[in-house]
Amino acid sequence: MEFNNRRYGEVVVVAPAGRIDHASAEDFRLRLAPALEHCSEGRDRVVLDFSAVEYISSVGLRVLMLAAKQVKAQKGAIVIAAMQPVVKEIFDISRFNYVFAAFPGLREAVADLSTQALALYDAG
Amino acid sequence: MKRIRLWGTRGSIPVALTAAQVRAKIEAVLRGARGVDLGSEAAVKRHLDGLDFHQTGTYGGHSSCVEIETGGDQYVLCDLGSGVRPFGQAMMSRHGPGKPQTYNVFMSHLHWDHIMGLPFFTPAYIPGNRLVIHGCHERLREAFVRQQAEPSFPVDFSIVAKQIEFVTLEPGRPYQVAGLIVTPKKQLHAGDSYGYRFEAGGRAVVYSTDSEHKLDDPQETRAFVEFFRAADVVIFDAMYSLADAISVKADWGHSSNVVGVELCQLAGVKHLVMYHHEPAFDDAAIERVLADTRRFEEITRSAAPLKVSAAYDGMEIAL
Repeated sequence: MEFNNRRYGEVVVVAPAGRIDHASAEDFRLRLAPALEHCSEGRDRVVLDFSAVEYISSVGLRVLMLAAKQVKAQKGAIVIAAMQPVVKEIFDISRFNYVFAAFPGLREAVADLSTQALALYDAG
Repeated sequence: MKRIRLWGTRGSIPVALTAAQVRAKIEAVLRGARGVDLGSEAAVKRHLDGLDFHQTGTYGGHSSCVEIETGGDQYVLCDLGSGVRPFGQAMMSRHGPGKPQTYNVFMSHLHWDHIMGLPFFTPAYIPGNRLVIHGCHERLREAFVRQQAEPSFPVDFSIVAKQIEFVTLEPGRPYQVAGLIVTPKKQLHAGDSYGYRFEAGGRAVVYSTDSEHKLDDPQETRAFVEFFRAADVVIFDAMYSLADAISVKADWGHSSNVVGVELCQLAGVKHLVMYHHEPAFDDAAIERVLADTRRFEEITRSAAPLKVSAAYDGMEIAL
């Protein structure tokens, strides 16, 4: 699974690509882990940029649930952005819209987490 | 196997429509009929047939009980929830007290909602009838004896004991019962539960309720895919949403519509029947879950379509 991560101040954007299913969910979990480790009160905030995710299965959604639980326990913040229409539908049907704040675009997600990060994002 | 009849489809505890819910349905139907010509019986039926199921019907509230019509002389049931009471009434109407029958039952597990119907199953009180209760739990008999003991019920189990036999099965082993090959499978649920795969004449039906899927063990997923493999019908515990099933309701022993579709797609199943509905859901809520699940099947489909239904009390499925 390919990841394209970047940072805007205290906001870390984690951007997986492709399908998150039985074959790739464990890889997704392992690659997400370092960003989650520092996602806590007063430290990093995480945006999951899903613009390049084509599909997510229940096993992939389970990884997201574990991430949400870990971040909540650490009093951090994690949101999801730019889901493709099919992935958004899967997300809603699974009722993960009640677990994660979801934003239509990456900019809105960054803005929700930090004005300082937004300035860096807008500055390119 | 000829047909499946679902006598009880609700999870955990029986429920019933309230007067307010019935009235709300009638009001909605009348509102929708404004300006419609209902001048004949045929026109009334045509109008009602065009409405959603939840507007004119109900998914029902009896707890687990499913009949598999074998085409032979003996009856086959899964679980003895409150749905077995109307099944018993139907048997009394069909056979009366003078024609002894054999009822083979396969118990998923011994939780209350799956055993509570037996004291109200009239044929069990009629000498000559045979009720053969199969299950994989060691304490199979004890569960039924206990629920009819004082102070919980006025009629002791000894009154029906002559008509009832208990048969302990081993998971993974196929058995010949009433012309069917029946294979139990252990499932994840408090105190264990067991699914059953029924096969005959090139048809296969799987009954898999009260079964949690943790999604963290590929081997477990593969085992269920094999258990469901190419089945004509899988009756599946779809009590919760996926998010609930793996978070606030994790370890409650139930599964979701999403996992039901995924397993059935991987196994090449023809028809998924969502079962053991959440008792807090009204008819409209179950219908929304059904619409969502059909859409989920559509957008994740990679092979032949999987038919998706929501079970309701009184539903019949031809095989």
